[in-house]
Amino acid sequence: MTAVTPTGSGHDARSLVIRNLVKEYRRGTPVLRGINLAIPGRGLTAIIGPSGTGKSTLIRCINRLVEPTSGEILFMGKDLARLRGGDLRAARRRIGMVFQEYNLVERLTVMENLLSGRLGYVPVWRAWLRKFPQKDIDRAFELLDAVGLGSFATQRADALSGGQRQRVGIARAIMQEPDLILADEPTSSLDPKTSVEIMEILTKLAGERDIPVIVNIHDVELARRFAQRIIGMTEGQVVYDGPPDGLTDDHLRTIYGGENWLNERSGT
Amino acid sequence: MSAATASLHHEWHRFSLPQKLARYALYLLTVIAVVWSFRTIEIIPEFLYDSPAQIADLFVRMWPMDWNYFFAEVWKALVETLHIATLGTILSLAFAIPLGFMAARNLTPLPALNLLGHFLFVTSRSVNSLVWALLFVAIFGPGPLAGTLAIAFRSIGFVGKLFAEAIEEAHRGPIEALTAAGAPVPSQIVMGYWPQVRPAFWSIVLFRWDINIRESAVLGLVGAGGIGVALDSALSLLYWDQVSVVLLTIFVVVILAELVVTTIRKRVL
Repeated sequence: MTAVTPTGSGHDARSLVIRNLVKEYRRGTPVLRGINLAIPGRGLTAIIGPSGTGKSTLIRCINRLVEPTSGEILFMGKDLARLRGGDLRAARRRIGMVFQEYNLVERLTVMENLLSGRLGYVPVWRAWLRKFPQKDIDRAFELLDAVGLGSFATQRADALSGGQRQRVGIARAIMQEPDLILADEPTSSLDPKTSVEIMEILTKLAGERDIPVIVNIHDVELARRFAQRIIGMTEGQVVYDGPPDGLTDDHLRTIYGGENWLNERSGT
Repeated sequence: MSAATASLHHEWHRFSLPQKLARYALYLLTVIAVVWSFRTIEIIPEFLYDSPAQIADLFVRMWPMDWNYFFAEVWKALVETLHIATLGTILSLAFAIPLGFMAARNLTPLPALNLLGHFLFVTSRSVNSLVWALLFVAIFGPGPLAGTLAIAFRSIGFVGKLFAEAIEEAHRGPIEALTAAGAPVPSQIVMGYWPQVRPAFWSIVLFRWDINIRESAVLGLVGAGGIGVALDSALSLLYWDQVSVVLLTIFVVVILAELVVTTIRKRVL
């Protein structure tokens, strides 16, 4: 049933299957209570839900920034939950990640931050001497132009605004030539207009390369606007899994609890 | 509402009663400690009354300074002191950097290795430079080699401890991003940790170099080379006009070092 073609091309190969995923930070208090998901190998999938519900934990289990307690995460013919050492690094370099706080190395230039997306591929001495392959440098400049920061290559990352930093974050993820992009609340630190711009850039760059994207987002409107598929989570469980059109106020009540906030919103 | 505020009458004191008692006890202990210390150091009143005259006498004997001594001896010794301080600092880095990586809990998630690192730092720091120098003079004989090693060994703990702390203060976010990109740990160090700790690192090294200039100036007193040797011989021969030359030289060099360090630190940070 799972895709086991290790070729890396084709949509089925890039689909992600999660089975019975459990994560307990403390024994007996699971944050994820047996997640089962099959995420298609294309398009943007949004995970919505209140804060503290395990969205971030789920996404971090996929690239093992968080260690799952039990369960399987099948991707590109491998169980990511079982990988160790060099195999884990090899899997990670094919999974790009975009962070809420951008997580750029502030004291490095924009170009160096982009090239750090290649660290899974290049040997340490190249990283140390900043002697990256010309191919990578060319790609980095291309991507900088694509995110509208063409003239910022030699600027230090801490000189950029939030929106600009997140563009660098997205470009860095694309630099990995990933088979999957994970985005953990990529717009939560940004104003509404910039948030939309960032989502547009993310969908455009990933779409052009046919890279599937899984994005945690608590803004339901943004999720509806950009996702082809929405997964609603509450208290460590999936309570909605389907197209954005199918997401009703009833579902939102289940996901976020209460209902006053819905009425208030429609009232204003 | 006004009635409610009028009836509100809360008592508030900065310290509770036990806290107050503890503070008074501390004051009392301080007084006892001071009195006790004065008794221990055995001040001899005759010497104390005599001291202003002695100081005046010393200054008279120090003047005029013997500048020939500066060009004959002090100059060379001064250069040797600078070499001891600089080489000692550089040598200490060879140990302090890897040990710093080892002692930093976020970079080396093995408590046993962290503890070993900190233990070595404490060992290095708990022994004074002069004691290290005595040790190395006994092993390698008198001279600047013993001095250099003394400076290096005393500096490992200082530089290593502060460097490890700087590493532990590095932000996790960027490191997490590099981990997620599949970067091996050495690459994470080179492009994640190092850019974050670099300013702190140079600041620590320069600060230690500044301290080492001062420390290496006295190492000669135990025969470990440098300007202290000139000071020692002048002192033991009671040539006070030469002692004053050496002291003034040390004073000027220390100020110059301080100036150099502050200037560079401003540029680096």
